[in-house]
Amino acid sequence: MSSGGIKIDKVVDARGSHCPGPLMELIKAIKNSEVGQVVAVYSTDSGSKTDIPLWVKKAGHELIGVYERDGYTEFVVKKTR
Amino acid sequence: MKKIVILGGGTGGTVVANILARKISREAEITLVNNSPQHIYQPGFLYLALGEILDESKITREEEKLLDRKIRLVIDNAVKIDVQNRMVILSSGKQLEYDYLVISTGSRIVPEEVQGYEASYHFYSLDGARRLYEALERFREGVIAVGIGGIPYKCPPAPAEFCCLLDYYFTKRGIRNKVEIHYLSPLPRTFPHEAVAEAITKMMEKKGIHWHPMFNIESIDPEKKIVNSLEGESLKFDLLVMVPPHRGAEVIEASGLGVDGGWVPVDKHTLQYKDYSEVYAIGDATNLPVSKSGAAAHFEAKIVADRISSEIMGDEPRAMYDGRVLCFCDAGFRKAIYMDFNYERPPKKPRFSYLWYLGKQMVNKFYWSLILKGIV
Repeated sequence: MSSGGIKIDKVVDARGSHCPGPLMELIKAIKNSEVGQVVAVYSTDSGSKTDIPLWVKKAGHELIGVYERDGYTEFVVKKTR
Repeated sequence: MKKIVILGGGTGGTVVANILARKISREAEITLVNNSPQHIYQPGFLYLALGEILDESKITREEEKLLDRKIRLVIDNAVKIDVQNRMVILSSGKQLEYDYLVISTGSRIVPEEVQGYEASYHFYSLDGARRLYEALERFREGVIAVGIGGIPYKCPPAPAEFCCLLDYYFTKRGIRNKVEIHYLSPLPRTFPHEAVAEAITKMMEKKGIHWHPMFNIESIDPEKKIVNSLEGESLKFDLLVMVPPHRGAEVIEASGLGVDGGWVPVDKHTLQYKDYSEVYAIGDATNLPVSKSGAAAHFEAKIVADRISSEIMGDEPRAMYDGRVLCFCDAGFRKAIYMDFNYERPPKKPRFSYLWYLGKQMVNKFYWSLILKGIV
């Protein structure tokens, strides 16, 4: 799988998740990934646009891109540590 | 006669079994495998830890007495699920063939995955709740931190709820002014959904509960009593309550059915496992992006029972899970909030009220009769 030319190692479809929500799904996926792997998370939660970039920055990972898709947003994150 | 095997006698497994027994016991033989003769009402752990329930028998029953008499209960451990050959192998060596399989094996806690976990307490098992109760009774003053050692975990609001109930507990003991309560939130908010987070944050501020955004516990230094986050922060504590990391059941991992920690990947609407339309998974066992909670397991169980019975009766299985979850969250002082949401409909901004507190008490009371029998 690829998104914007980037190879995606894992896709987390968190559309419709209000609890635990897309960020918790992303944290789970990042913890279960190897350094250097790329995770894409799909979200329909408007709060994700604030909280996913905030957490990625604080946890020291890399936000490769935020893409508006048909009815949802895709966040692509690389595990860097 | 079709053979239905249900693995796990928690909320989901018990509800599926009872509904199927009522609907199709003449057409199918229903077997439920559970690793214990005891059924535990897990939301009671929190009240046990806080001394509001002192008698453990109030939250435990014999599984056999909760099941319809037409269900065969097998107390054993499933060690292997062979989906190719439609068979489950038990630790006694017995083999169970099935036409339909429902995996409701729940989750298990693995505190040992956090370095220094011995210095922490939790309320995610009977023993854990008992130990925490004793530690709280001894506690006179200092800092109590409540945080999360791994995602996913059962009942996402539980740690925030526990903080509010700690405030109530120490107020009742008359030492609230000597205790600092710190909530270590894994998110930038106090709750995943914004509207709910706003209400919970206000409540925490009103109660003087300190909360720390984006603090996912990575390790604990038991000697210095310091908890460290994977985001690079630390906090000194006198007593640490850590929600332990969870994994799927061992049989899921041993059978190669799980992903990312042993969670069974299922279709978010049909709850079927991959291309095996006769294999379903429900409740904590799945990798669905919904709360690991009894409420989710209960709603999913009703869908699966409907689908299996329809198919056995020669109809097209049409029931679809819409992601519904509901929960009551106790804030202490006889006030609670209520949330009801699904994949399409987010929770509304909740209101703390006595009415929802009563609602939670009703659920606690009617769990054994109406909920587990699949009547509601």
